[in-house]
Amino acid sequence: MGKRSVIPFGPQHPVLPEPIHLDLVVEDEKIVEAIPNIGFIHRGLEGLAPDRDFQKYLYVVERTCGICSFGHGLGYVESIEGIMNVEVPERARYLRVVWAEMARMTSHLMWLGFTADAFGFESLFYEAWRIREKVLDLMEMTTGGRLIYSVLKVGGVLKDITPDMQKKILDDLNEIEKETREMTKTFLDDYSVQTRLKGVGVLTKQQAHDVGACGPMARASGIACDMRMRGYEAYSDLGFEPVVAQDGDSYARCEVRINEIFASIELVRRAFEHMPKEGDLSATVKGNPNGEYFARIEQPRGEAIFYSEGHGKPNLDRFRLRTPTFANLQALCETLKGAEYADVPILILTIDPCISCTER
Amino acid sequence: MGKVKKSPWLLHYDGSSCNGCDIEVLATLTPVYDAERFGVVNTGDPLQADILMITGGINQQNAPVVKQLYDQMPRPKVVVAVGTCACSGGVFRECYNMLGGADSTVPIDIYVPGCAARPESIMDGIMKAVELFQKRSDEHDQYEKEHKGEAGPVDPNINTARDKVKMQEMKGAADA
Ligand code: SF4
Repeated sequence: MGKRSVIPFGPQHPVLPEPIHLDLVVEDEKIVEAIPNIGFIHRGLEGLAPDRDFQKYLYVVERTCGICSFGHGLGYVESIEGIMNVEVPERARYLRVVWAEMARMTSHLMWLGFTADAFGFESLFYEAWRIREKVLDLMEMTTGGRLIYSVLKVGGVLKDITPDMQKKILDDLNEIEKETREMTKTFLDDYSVQTRLKGVGVLTKQQAHDVGACGPMARASGIACDMRMRGYEAYSDLGFEPVVAQDGDSYARCEVRINEIFASIELVRRAFEHMPKEGDLSATVKGNPNGEYFARIEQPRGEAIFYSEGHGKPNLDRFRLRTPTFANLQALCETLKGAEYADVPILILTIDPCISCTER
Repeated sequence: MGKVKKSPWLLHYDGSSCNGCDIEVLATLTPVYDAERFGVVNTGDPLQADILMITGGINQQNAPVVKQLYDQMPRPKVVVAVGTCACSGGVFRECYNMLGGADSTVPIDIYVPGCAARPESIMDGIMKAVELFQKRSDEHDQYEKEHKGEAGPVDPNINTARDKVKMQEMKGAADA
């Protein structure tokens, strides 16, 4: 038996865009155990709920995370709409799907870039981010923001996508799809990339089930769980199918995310086809929330759960958020056991960690 | 931007940002915006960094980390706060765990506003930082030349003349 030592990893580390601290117990080059220590980004924004008007609190919730900001806003408005029984107009529901899927694309492209960076393929990193900028441009054109969109409101949306914009989006999506396909070849077929990803950090279906993994992490292990199958917003009309892979290694997770980009492009196209040509953008909301509601939606990183509770006052009494990364951190500790030290950056990135969501 | 003789290295630390500004800082360094054409290089090592970029506010747990990173950087150094959160605490200002903006812990030279700060404004901030860094390193060289063989200012917190005044004020307040 080799000598055991503890290597601290983070909070400031070149591969980590966000601070997380791991104590890695290593034996020679093998990881025996990983003990995560989180809390560097904890702000306590759930605690602001009782101090803010429920309409205005939306803007705080959106700032839980700058990558999945649209998803957080969506979950929050869904939970309030659930309490107040608001019927969201048809067109607004489709617009929400369009934005949610485009946000998913930016997030997955960003992840591909980070992963490429983690295994030292700098030009691939830049390529992924270049494509991502194109999606961001579309987001900026339609919502006015690159990362924080603020287009949602309780009962609908604030902005519309005009026919001109729609045409531009569809044109650009063709281009984005073409470029992503080209990049995909490198990610999935390149020999040197495969040596870094294949068989690294295997999470079996049983393990994924036991630790409660969600999102692409679980889907790469063969569990077809995707909240979009619930058919919230307009997903029920779009014929949604989850993307699943079986191997459970880093390569499978990469494959799932890449295929989800294409699935998202397809969903945006279909949403534009089915969307009513005109219609209201939001329903009127009267009164204050009285009751409680759980909303579950699929974020780019997995299932997020939003709980709101109000008692007829303009301010909510309680707001609670369970984010996908929180569930996946357990899976991370599982995959780190027995891994090579050199694979740690890839393994951390492969769960697509969003620490600021997790710590709120 | 005037003539710069050195290429400063850039260290980015994410305080308690929501990731928005964090990702924008990275986007600024990727080819679409390409801040590297102004001579800065992104590094992960505080011991070799010249410019510290902080995104997000400061909370109880990361305050010592930010302080340590700042202390580990060699003088002269420039600190840039990116985003409303880093400037003042932003939307999270009233959260129970927040100490406030980045200036609650380390002295800030340049404030880049915006939520999320746009790459264009971050670039502007970087250019200002490069210029300021050049000015400070000129002063530093001058000081070295004039005080050959002497030890420099020993207090690691003293970076600029402004900090010196601030330190004296704080000392005065503590004595009183
Ligand atoms: S300024 Fe806005 S985008 Fe930037 S970290 Fe703060 S909340 Fe996020």
